[in-house]
Amino acid sequence: MILTLDFFYYVLGAMLLMIAFMALRDQHNPRRYSSALFWALYAVIYLAGEQLPPVAAGLLMVVMALIAGFGGVTLGRYGERTPEERRASAQRLGHKLLIPALLIPLTTVIGSTVFKDVQWNGLFLLDPKHITLVALGCGSLFAVATACWLTRSTPLQAMRESRRLVDHLGWAVVLPHMLAVLGLLFTDAGMGKAVAHVVTSYINMDLRLVAVAVYCVGMALFTIIMGNGFAAFPVMAGGVGIPVLVGVYHANPAVMAAIGMFSAYCGTLMTPMAANFNIVPAALLELPDKNAVVKMQIPTALPLLLANIALLYFLMNL
Amino acid sequence: MEHTVVNLWPLLGVAVIIAGFALRAHPVLVVVAACFVTGFAAFMPVEQLLATLGTAFIKTRNLPLILLLPIAAIGLLERHGLKEHAQASIARIRSATTGRLLIVYLAIREISAAFGLTSIGGHPNMVRPLIAPMAEGAAEVRYPDITMDMRHRIRAMAAATDNVGLFFGEDIFVAFGAIVLMQTILHGEGIDVDPLHMALWGIPTAICAFIIHSWRLYRLDAQIARSVK
Repeated sequence: MILTLDFFYYVLGAMLLMIAFMALRDQHNPRRYSSALFWALYAVIYLAGEQLPPVAAGLLMVVMALIAGFGGVTLGRYGERTPEERRASAQRLGHKLLIPALLIPLTTVIGSTVFKDVQWNGLFLLDPKHITLVALGCGSLFAVATACWLTRSTPLQAMRESRRLVDHLGWAVVLPHMLAVLGLLFTDAGMGKAVAHVVTSYINMDLRLVAVAVYCVGMALFTIIMGNGFAAFPVMAGGVGIPVLVGVYHANPAVMAAIGMFSAYCGTLMTPMAANFNIVPAALLELPDKNAVVKMQIPTALPLLLANIALLYFLMNL
Repeated sequence: MEHTVVNLWPLLGVAVIIAGFALRAHPVLVVVAACFVTGFAAFMPVEQLLATLGTAFIKTRNLPLILLLPIAAIGLLERHGLKEHAQASIARIRSATTGRLLIVYLAIREISAAFGLTSIGGHPNMVRPLIAPMAEGAAEVRYPDITMDMRHRIRAMAAATDNVGLFFGEDIFVAFGAIVLMQTILHGEGIDVDPLHMALWGIPTAICAFIIHSWRLYRLDAQIARSVK
């Protein structure tokens, strides 16, 4: 392979190291030493990667969590432009500003479809196992280059702007990552069996509608706890979907699976545990309430969950 | 009858999460505390627990790439007025309202995701620089004295719309990971299902999701109007 995922790990590691260095030199950041340490430790995860002994990586994660958890990651000063300057620049550059922004999705789509199987001297041009991420990485690099050229800025300025965005996100950057770790640990510890045991032991599923409701609501609830529908699906499908819905009520397995997964997604909309979808955007959009996106999604998710129960009930024996 | 003992102690990890969020403790601390409680409940010694956490932390480090790689370009464009440009552009379209704009975005997001084009959209590279400023800008043109609280609601709705469109669109794309996962799990249980059938049976829910969320977006315009009076 010519361009692998590892290359983008190094790019991100270098970026984080630069951010740490800039944080260290920022006199206006009240906790510049702990902020710099936090981003430097995160850089180590990307630069050292699999060479890092597992125990060391685990310790690193715990130290990062303690720094972030006790308010050690703070904002500095970023030399932002005034709204008037930005408006003037927007008028001057006009629609050209959209080009680099749209280059990211465009490159990702083209890279992951057209260039999927392209080879050079017998080597894949893009890592086929991580095609979307690698294509996204290429798109991001193209976008930075184009943006620098269009706005006559230096790559250093692009790094300063990265630091502004990353600092405003703060600990929200690492929350999805740490939740993914917790998800894997839950699986290792046998959480699925425990939940399925509790659900199937205490609820009587002699009525078809009750069984359907237990399956759909169970998917949503388990996703709310785990933050990930992919973790809920094997548990609820193995615990209720296959033995009860298919086994007892002769449901069509395709309907059971499809609507079950969508019920899990209703749970994803309602949980802060799905941090990359729900908490990170709240930070990105500078909302004072970190749960604002979850609260906004609940009135869509609950009626949709009811619709799923009805759909599964009526469609599963068609 | 075969009798297996199920270890219920890992459920303590869930209890920690619920208690942590209820007490409004720092989310990162809650997650790490839950890791330790779950590990100890599964009888892992400290060193093994740290190694498990470390291995998982390294293994999942591809997750933040989607968020962090685009931000250098987006940050630079913001410095040169991308948000201001998005707002000025939407102000020129007279029929554009916040609700209508977001309904159009929901349709584009859901349909493109259904064709596997999930990278059109996303919070760091679409919602923050373009969709949220446009949704806010459309409201600002009609109601210049819109409250800060309403602005925050509009932004949150823009993020929610991206999620709804993505989730309920991508799952009707045959080659999507969720379909592959479901097929693998069902195969393991001795049931063989055609991925195309699973994708097709997802369509009724995808349509319901569009109707329910569009109706809420339609009502958002009225809520914005009321908030100003």
